[in-house]
Amino acid sequence: MEYVIEMLNIRKEFPGIVANDNITVQLKKGEIHALLGENGAGKSTLMNVLFGLYQPEAGQIRVKGEEVKITNPNVANDLGIGMVHQHFMLVEPFTVTQNIILGSEPKGKFGKIDIKKAEKEIQEISDLYGLKVDPSAKISDISVGMQQRVEILKTLYRGAEVLIFDEPTAVLTPQEITELIEIMRSLVKEGKSIILITHKLKEIMEVCDRCTVIRKGKGIGTVNVKESNPDELASLMVGREVNFKTEKTQAQPKEVVLDIKDLFVKDARKVDIVKGLNLDVRAGEIVGIAGVDGNGQSELIEAITGLRKSQSGQIMLNNKNITNMSPRNVTKSGLGHIPQDRHKYGLVLDYPIGANMVLQTYYQKPFSNVSVLNYKEIYKKANELINEYDVRTPSEFTPARALSGGNQQKAIIGREIDRSPDLLIAAQPTRGLDVGAIEFIHRKLIEERDKGKAILLVSFELDEIMNVSDRIAVMFDGQIIANVKPEETNEQELGLLMAGSKQDEAGDSSDN
Amino acid sequence: MTTNNNRLFGLLVPVISVILGLLVGAIIMIASGHNPIEAYGALWRGAFGDAFTIGETIRRITPLILTGLAIAFAFRTGLFNIGAEGQVIVGWLAAVWVGLAVDAPMIIHLPMAILAGAIAGGLWGFIPGILKAKLGVHEVIVTIMMNYIAMFVSNEIVRSVLTDHKTTTERIADTASLSSAWLQGLTFYSRMHYGILIALFAAVVMWFIIQRTTLGYELKAVGFNKHASKYAGMNVSKSIVLSMVIAGGFAGLAGAMEGLGTYGSVSVISGFTNLGFDGIAVALLGANNPFGVVLAAILFGVLKEGAGEMPTGAGVPTELVDIIIAIIIFFVASSYIIRWALLRFKKEGK
Repeated sequence: MEYVIEMLNIRKEFPGIVANDNITVQLKKGEIHALLGENGAGKSTLMNVLFGLYQPEAGQIRVKGEEVKITNPNVANDLGIGMVHQHFMLVEPFTVTQNIILGSEPKGKFGKIDIKKAEKEIQEISDLYGLKVDPSAKISDISVGMQQRVEILKTLYRGAEVLIFDEPTAVLTPQEITELIEIMRSLVKEGKSIILITHKLKEIMEVCDRCTVIRKGKGIGTVNVKESNPDELASLMVGREVNFKTEKTQAQPKEVVLDIKDLFVKDARKVDIVKGLNLDVRAGEIVGIAGVDGNGQSELIEAITGLRKSQSGQIMLNNKNITNMSPRNVTKSGLGHIPQDRHKYGLVLDYPIGANMVLQTYYQKPFSNVSVLNYKEIYKKANELINEYDVRTPSEFTPARALSGGNQQKAIIGREIDRSPDLLIAAQPTRGLDVGAIEFIHRKLIEERDKGKAILLVSFELDEIMNVSDRIAVMFDGQIIANVKPEETNEQELGLLMAGSKQDEAGDSSDN
Repeated sequence: MTTNNNRLFGLLVPVISVILGLLVGAIIMIASGHNPIEAYGALWRGAFGDAFTIGETIRRITPLILTGLAIAFAFRTGLFNIGAEGQVIVGWLAAVWVGLAVDAPMIIHLPMAILAGAIAGGLWGFIPGILKAKLGVHEVIVTIMMNYIAMFVSNEIVRSVLTDHKTTTERIADTASLSSAWLQGLTFYSRMHYGILIALFAAVVMWFIIQRTTLGYELKAVGFNKHASKYAGMNVSKSIVLSMVIAGGFAGLAGAMEGLGTYGSVSVISGFTNLGFDGIAVALLGANNPFGVVLAAILFGVLKEGAGEMPTGAGVPTELVDIIIAIIIFFVASSYIIRWALLRFKKEGK
């Protein structure tokens, strides 16, 4: 069998750590090959070696049987290797075509860019693989899923034979994921080969032919997906048995903690995005908000937490009106908030992780006294939380920036839960984290619920919503359009609801 | 371990920059036919030759510490205060004005005049601060403008309010003066005054605010990450304004030192004092650390004072010292090169 790409016994060291230790990946022509591993296992490093961003200390890279030295990404491009990044690299005000030709513009007479020709070519490629992209649309006007297809088109336009997808489904809705999988299938049908970086086992089972597992920088092996199962893959990845179904007892909802009535909020463009929303969350229950990104979830959370002004309506927390209160006063009223963007909101990355542990309480005793900080108490508290929440850090003085995403998130969750808030808002609490960390965080959320706290969970991961919530509120176009019980629904129905179809059309599981 | 390394680098980079600056200065002197050993000897004599020069050197260091702090404080909280120059000028004017207009015993008069300088400087920082916090106007633009406003307003007040179309005011009342017969006697009648104590105390104040107080925690957090600060319940606008006011206060104090200590008056100026701009270099070399700022101010004070001796002592133009300072700044600013070289050196040494 001929391999298009072979990475043999690759070793890549960074000062103090071995990121890749003797890893071998062999990609057959026309296959979808998964690269599975936890966060920090070394997947990205390995792909950066293949893409020419890093030079390996040892090992060989072969393309179609011939040994090559990939010294920079241009070499990778010339060898027909293309990468679809997780974070899109697109110029928003430009059109699809302008973005795709950027850097390799077809020149006409007098150096004028031949946009017409490029548009035609792009249309042809798009049609061939069923991408359905409009070459003249502006990037800022198209959906996230479409933008990803533009990234795919970009690699194809540059003649990629091998496409690397880096966590492509993290930003997509269930429907978009289904479509992406179709696209991947049509790509291999036309003779392309795909490496899919992911830690989502379901996707691997659905679409991949083979799967190479990496654990802590070491290549664990390659398995045929058809002969394997999710449990085996997970234990290969983590190195122990993994519990997928979050264990929890029946919820015991009590009094209403959060009560939102007829809330209107405008987004950054001054357009109504939350439009007359009603929602309540009770003590002792986890309410999950399901919805496609951009239907007002972020703005809703910002309005509750005091980060964004509400136009009208009322937000009550513990029977106290907190509408348009300052974030500090909302926090004092009993709110904990695990923010969606941990780097932007959750942490001051340049502060030591210890100092981040008192981000909301630094001005209170015992952490300070008449405005003078008491570092002893601060770091004592920090150490407690670091131990209790298993935050892996060299020390409490290490800058938060230096921690891995999962440990940063554990630190935030520890900080927010430790204040023992009556309402805990968890926005995408497990985004980008690996199985082990996800398990831990879900368990913590359920523990808080069992202590009688109210939890509002916002997530774009349907698995997470279905698994953790006691009640699911589906958000569409700025409103809660349905309340369903997780045990009475399925992903198909939720997907339809999230796309805005009315509940009565979608099925019979309504409990309104 | 990495923190220790960083700290070591933080110290090594400025030291190496200074050595390189002096070396390159020597090369330039050789190239232009001067003797660098003679020139640096003259520089040394100019700064430390006798009690008088030492007194003058300390006098020169005093405002540099304060303007260095003004830049460093703003920088630590994420702001770039180009306006120290203007804040110095208004601080100078306000301190002298109080020194002239108020009649009070020293124990009230002197603190009042010093405070007037700090408040005027703080006000000059408040305007760019509030414009940045409320309207998002970049502080660099506003502070540059404020420098010119300070200069021309001060000139006009000296000419039309404090004097009758003269270029220099009368001497301030002795009750508002920082100069000391004792210090002058000690240093052969140099212009050294008590301001150096105020400057050193200000460095301790900055360290305390930045490192030890909840205010410093907030100001730095806002400088690092506005969004997280807002999320944590801090008042971002207030922090930005406060930070500029405190920074301006330091620079205003520098002006007060000149007005109440060195000169005892305020004059019409045709160009900037450069104290504020030199403060940028001081802060940069001092790595925005209050004690680093003190060391950097000492170095620059010595270089600038000692330069006065170079033309007569070695026939080298004083401008050469400006070149040396510029080269030092160049190396500090491009510290990446030095870091890279150090790392390289360390690797090969292993």
